[in-house]
Amino acid sequence: MGGVWEAIRRWFDPRELRSVGTTPDYRFSLANERTFLAWLRTGLALIAGGLAAAQFLPKLPLAHLREVISVALLLLGATVAVRAVDHWARTERAIRLNEELPASRFPAVLALIVAIGALLLVVAVLARGVG
Amino acid sequence: MTRDPGLQPERTRLAWRRTLLALTGVTVLEIRLALAGHAFDAVLAGLAVTAWLATLLVDWRRATGAGPRRGHRWSFPLTALAAAGMALLGVLHVLRGLR
Repeated sequence: MGGVWEAIRRWFDPRELRSVGTTPDYRFSLANERTFLAWLRTGLALIAGGLAAAQFLPKLPLAHLREVISVALLLLGATVAVRAVDHWARTERAIRLNEELPASRFPAVLALIVAIGALLLVVAVLARGVG
Repeated sequence: MTRDPGLQPERTRLAWRRTLLALTGVTVLEIRLALAGHAFDAVLAGLAVTAWLATLLVDWRRATGAGPRRGHRWSFPLTALAAAGMALLGVLHVLRGLR
C-alpha cells in the first residue's frame, strides 16, 4: 500500500519528477502528454458509454444486464483514466533518466476485455433473437 | 527561435481542448442521469459539476496557451481523477437504482 500512496503523491508533485535525470527535448514531453490525453479520452469514452447505457437502454430481459453493462463500462473507464496518469509519470521519469520506456500489458488486456465483452453481448442478442 | 515544424505545442493544446470537451460531455450525461429526481441524485450532480469546474479552471492555461507555457502542476492527476470520479458517481447512481 505504501507504494500506492507514494505513486499518488508523485502524480501531484511534479517537482520531484523534474528533479531526476536531465530535462529532455520538450517535444518528447509533449508527445508523452498527448499520449496521456489520448488514453484519458479513451477512458472518458468508456465512461460516457456506461452513463449512456444507464439512461438510454430499456430494461433488459436478462435480470440486471443493463446495470452490469453500465457498471462494467464505468469501472473500466475509471481504471483506464487512473492508469493513464500513472503511466504518464513513469514514462516521463524514464525519458528523463534516459531509460527504457515502461513496458505495459495494459493495452492488450484492455483490448481483450473489450473484445470478450462485445462477444458476450453478441451471444446475448442472438440468444434473445432465437429464443 | 525557429518555429517547431511539428507544431507540437499547438497539437498538445488542442489535445487538452478535446479532452476537456470529452469531460464536458460526460458531465452533461452525468447531470442528465441525475435528473431522475431523488435528493441523492442532486448531490451526485452537484459533485459532478464541481469536479468539472475545478478541472476546467486548473487546465485552462494548458488548453488555451494563455500565460507561461507550463500549466498548473495538478493538471495531469486532477483531470484523470475527475474522469474516474465521474465513473464512480455513475456507479453510485446505478447501484442506488437497484434498490
